[in-house]
Amino acid sequence: MADDDVLVSARGLEVHFPIRSGGMLRRTTGAVRAVDGVDLDIRRGETLGLVGESGCGKSTLGNALLRLVVPTGGSVTFDGTDVTGLDRRALRALRRRAGMVFQDPFASLDPRRTVRQTVSEPLEVHGLRSGRRERGERIAELLELVGLDPAVADRYPHEFSGGQRQRVGIARALAGEPDFLVCDEAIASLDVSVQAQVLNLLRRLQRRLGLTLLFISHDLSAVRHVSDRIAVMYLGRVVEVGPAAAVGADPQMPYTQALLSAVPVPHPSLERTRQRIVLRGDVPSPAAVPSGCRFRTRCPYAFEPCPDVDPALQPVGAPGQLAACHLHGVVGRPVRRAEEAVPAAE
Amino acid sequence: MSAPLLEVEDLRVRLRTPRGTAHVVNGLGYTVGRGETVAVVGESGSGKSVSVLALLGLLPARVATVTGAARLDGEDLLTMSPERLREVRGPGVGMVFQDPMTSLNPVLTIGRQLVEGIRAHGEVSKAEARERAAGLLAEVGLPDPQRALDRYPHELSGGMRQRVVIAIALSNNPSLLIADEATTALDVTVQAQILDLVAELQAEHGTGVIWITHDLGVVAGIADRVLVMYGGRCVEDGTVDDVLERPAHPYTRGLLGALPDLATSDDGDLATVPGVPPAPTDLPPGCVFWPRCPVRSDPRCATEQPPLAIVPTSHRDIGGGGLVHRAATWCEEGSRG
Repeated sequence: MADDDVLVSARGLEVHFPIRSGGMLRRTTGAVRAVDGVDLDIRRGETLGLVGESGCGKSTLGNALLRLVVPTGGSVTFDGTDVTGLDRRALRALRRRAGMVFQDPFASLDPRRTVRQTVSEPLEVHGLRSGRRERGERIAELLELVGLDPAVADRYPHEFSGGQRQRVGIARALAGEPDFLVCDEAIASLDVSVQAQVLNLLRRLQRRLGLTLLFISHDLSAVRHVSDRIAVMYLGRVVEVGPAAAVGADPQMPYTQALLSAVPVPHPSLERTRQRIVLRGDVPSPAAVPSGCRFRTRCPYAFEPCPDVDPALQPVGAPGQLAACHLHGVVGRPVRRAEEAVPAAE
Repeated sequence: MSAPLLEVEDLRVRLRTPRGTAHVVNGLGYTVGRGETVAVVGESGSGKSVSVLALLGLLPARVATVTGAARLDGEDLLTMSPERLREVRGPGVGMVFQDPMTSLNPVLTIGRQLVEGIRAHGEVSKAEARERAAGLLAEVGLPDPQRALDRYPHELSGGMRQRVVIAIALSNNPSLLIADEATTALDVTVQAQILDLVAELQAEHGTGVIWITHDLGVVAGIADRVLVMYGGRCVEDGTVDDVLERPAHPYTRGLLGALPDLATSDDGDLATVPGVPPAPTDLPPGCVFWPRCPVRSDPRCATEQPPLAIVPTSHRDIGGGGLVHRAATWCEEGSRG
């Protein structure tokens, strides 16, 4: 794939949070491996859906791509620039080009600031449209863009419904004219009919503004609907990625298969006849990731190489589809016994 | 057909709020048979949760006025004395709420919380109750139930906690289980486990289930009958196939159209229902849905409340009372199916 097609790219990305002992010395006794060796490319102008169960690290990955948390290993490139080691000034420039829409429109808006103040903050921070009139015009334009009446600019968040607040959050994220937007569970707290409004809005905005979107959600139906490609995460690792149609219709990784089969669809006749793959047990703790393939403890097909070889993403199924699973041939890094804390070499 | 397990008739709930009287439930009627699952669907503010809280006398009497009737095994829950209600509700009805952390006491062990419920409604020794508690945890699929009894809620994952809450709800073999968004906060894989579990227990004990949810996918999988609520009213009810495959009310159609669907995966824009649901303090006159309705055309829409009437084209033999497909709409368009 040509490099200039890729806007955001992660290589061997790791975010480990230390677990410290209680005593005075606060010795590090282990690590929660929230993101644990993620390779991922997000192409210019596409919507990449990121799915996985709670605790799989999908939000931390989104944060790490925006440098909202500092990775403990690996690298993130944004438009060709390595952002892993940026200083504050350079980070500020990145912030203008990459924004975030948060999950909870009740918690992510300051209740004491009007919509105008909220949306103009990024303009102030980045010194954009500094004239009073110009700024007012830009705010009206942004509100119109997200389907709000500019006349509501001087109202406070409590005067809005959940869906309207989420629109304000989107307007704020768009204020700096970003290239890249991370939507972290942006529709999770909304009612179904309102979810649809916001999903349609995001799709329209993307087409109109040429945005690149990372759409993080646990709602597979929504992800399937908005995404061009889908990445599936399990215990800190991307275990399958590919075109949305391919991953949705013909998943190659047993975890993706189980996840998709568990999504109920609103058709009684289909629901009655569908084979559901019910996974045994719970997701292991990210502080104690199984050796080799991290899914092997719950995998219905686990066999010999699974504990011994950490599977790498390899092309399987449709063009552009990658899965990390030994069922498609044993590819990956053998597990060395007592392997731990290997600093990222790249 | 024998008498239904639960019979709700013209249930109305008004709440006093700072913004005026909220008409949260406005004349709801339905039945739940033994071993039957009735799904109540609707968006936030539609009155679905309040309607079941009202049945069980769980609304604060100072602000809530509840009228109508709700007969469990022939006995009206709404008029019985608080003491009697306690006797009936405890062993007769199990309730599971959305967030297991708010149902469990964080400072008591799982075992104590289970044993408490078991002993409150039966003459059992502590040891026996503990034995039963462990059995229940095994039944809901908790690994190592004996050890789990001595654990605190924070030591368990969300899915495990919700299983504990279900174990508590089932601890006295209730004839009726009410689940209010019980799997909404859980991952789909855990949700699938819990739905299977409830179905198993239901088949075994003949429990009647009221499943409140906004997830129409879940409804398709578990419900026998569906009741769609909007603005505190039932706007459509019928068998799960009728309501989801042949929806008659414009609101039900809107809801289904707004759903991204994994099975059909159409890439066009989702249908949306414009606007937002009405505030219960300020319900529109006439049909509750008309201000948002895409097909409103009848002059009565804005003035006269449509009755819940049998959908004319429902080609089902109307034998048992439970199989009727009904919708409350003036729209001819809506009832053509």
